[in-house]
Amino acid sequence: MRQPLLELVDLNVAFDTERGRLRPVRDVCFSIFPGQTVALVGESGCGKSVTALSILRLIPQPPGRILSGKILLQGRDLLTCTENQMRSVRGKEIAMIFQEPMTSLNPVFTIGDQIMEAILLHQRVTHRQAKEIAEQSLRDVGIADPARRLSEYPHQMSGGMRQRAMIAMALSCSPQLLIADEPTTALDVTIQAQILELLRKLQRDTGMAILLITHDLGVVAENADTVGVMYASRIVEYATVEDLFDHPQHPYTEGLFRSVPRLGQLSERLATIPGTVPNPARFPSGCKFHPRCHRMQADRTCANTEPLPREVRPSHWAACHHIDTFAASPVTRPTLDHRREVVPLTDPALHPQQRASARD
Amino acid sequence: MIRVIAFRLLQFPLVLAVIYLTTFMLVWVVPGSPFGRAERKLDPIAEQAMKERFHADSWKSFLAYYPIQVITKGDFGRSMQYQEWSVTDIIKVSLPVSVTLGIFALTIGTIFGVMIGTLAAVNRGGLFDWLSLTIALIGISIPSFVVAALLLATFTGRFGLFPIGGCGGFREMVLPAVALSLAPLAYIARLTRISMLDVLGSDFVRTARAKGLSRFTVIWKHCLRNAFLPVLSYLGPAAAATFVGSFVVETVFSIPGLGQHFVNSVKNRDQTLILGTVMIYSVFLLTFNLLVDIAYSFVDPRIDITAKSSS
Repeated sequence: MRQPLLELVDLNVAFDTERGRLRPVRDVCFSIFPGQTVALVGESGCGKSVTALSILRLIPQPPGRILSGKILLQGRDLLTCTENQMRSVRGKEIAMIFQEPMTSLNPVFTIGDQIMEAILLHQRVTHRQAKEIAEQSLRDVGIADPARRLSEYPHQMSGGMRQRAMIAMALSCSPQLLIADEPTTALDVTIQAQILELLRKLQRDTGMAILLITHDLGVVAENADTVGVMYASRIVEYATVEDLFDHPQHPYTEGLFRSVPRLGQLSERLATIPGTVPNPARFPSGCKFHPRCHRMQADRTCANTEPLPREVRPSHWAACHHIDTFAASPVTRPTLDHRREVVPLTDPALHPQQRASARD
Repeated sequence: MIRVIAFRLLQFPLVLAVIYLTTFMLVWVVPGSPFGRAERKLDPIAEQAMKERFHADSWKSFLAYYPIQVITKGDFGRSMQYQEWSVTDIIKVSLPVSVTLGIFALTIGTIFGVMIGTLAAVNRGGLFDWLSLTIALIGISIPSFVVAALLLATFTGRFGLFPIGGCGGFREMVLPAVALSLAPLAYIARLTRISMLDVLGSDFVRTARAKGLSRFTVIWKHCLRNAFLPVLSYLGPAAAATFVGSFVVETVFSIPGLGQHFVNSVKNRDQTLILGTVMIYSVFLLTFNLLVDIAYSFVDPRIDITAKSSS
């Protein structure tokens, strides 16, 4: 088996607030292999963004604190690195793009300044070479007239353009891993499709791995190789994208799929999961999902003991007492060196814009 | 840009004319005479002669004489109190003293204010934050004559570090400049702290950190420029106010600045000097606000002062 690029081992993160200790990330385990796209799905507040920020050790400290666990980048534990070593990991080996392209760029510096800042920091190049690299990376993300764009300010660009500039900035130092924290949430649908397609293309070209944080199952279906479903700061199900969509094991995953509207299906109301996401300050006892679970039965197991993920099917991890094979399943670490085989739902030959105009 | 500045400069005479007329009106409405006092009445005939000499026998003759002098010669006439002095000469002598002191004070206030405010924001909730807020609150609350007296009591006499008063060299300037800088310093520290906290929480700070920049670089390069904007807009009126001098600080340190004339001219009903000092202050205020607006567009590229309407 290949060595994973990044391996998270039992990561625990706490936020010490005035109302007590919150645990936004609990025992999170997964790995990312070179060239792979791993998606973390879940509702807002489930801990997926904190997990992503913890990898770069960028959670606000205080109040945040990484309690325990390992974050292994090619075998090296990032949690034992010094701040200086961490700085050469950030931006160079692991780059990150964020949800809000509107506010994620500094309004008082030009796009060029901001891209070149990363290049000059991590590569031994002259100012002129840095400018050339920046121009090339803007061209790579499909921005027309990159030389002119370099001297523009963020407010002179559209949202989609800014997200492209963010991606150009992230990729300018050829990172091995790109963490994309809801990269398309703030964009409208056509731009969303373009940005995701761009990420897929860049991944094909560079062979980088992507950790995709999203709450959009459509985005997962089209982009991910393997998927971790997060609920109440824990990964409750982990499998390949095909296996997860064909055989969801955890009742929360089932609920998520049920609440996706289907084309052609007429119904009065969209199916929902009853109840709301638990407040991290007051997690329920036992299985954190049990108050909302349709599988909850008379026995008190669910309310008393929290199930930990087990390999309930080959290469499929889930944490629920009510999976038939759960009790007999082995407790193994979720690791999947898997690449999707399905053709993407969108035809890569057709550009989204062309599709839009074809519909008209 | 040049067109906008030219346009703003063309507005100046109009604004100044309005201020002149308003001040003139107020000066004439206020009871009392510049010549003679209630306790030392001047002979009515002498007073009348004096009034005629100063074109102050009626508001009509005042208005017929002085504005034209101001416009054509830039001459505010003679001071009605210090009759051997012209208003222009009084300003010429005292303004440079006040401006020098003001520049000194505002530089201290801005540098230390921004520094303290930034450090407080970075150590939010820490000891330094608490300490700086307390000092800022004290700086705002304590009147400057108390501060001035405290400074005098501490640094002169016993230790003889600085002279008690006077004007001229650098050493004489230090204590009054510190006394004068305290209020703007405290205000700037609070402004910086608030806007810095705001900026520190913004998304681009996280982006800059994710690039691999150190915390110091992020604060120094990415945050300070954004956080400085509110301070910049405060610096316009603050500069105008400190550069024309402070009555209290000038009195305590016996500095022959312009500040004393603001108070004394009103006390003496010295109509010509009142108008002169008010006009100087207005010119300063207009100029510094224009400079701040120009500086704004350099600090923040999003601000376009040439834009006719917000779009």
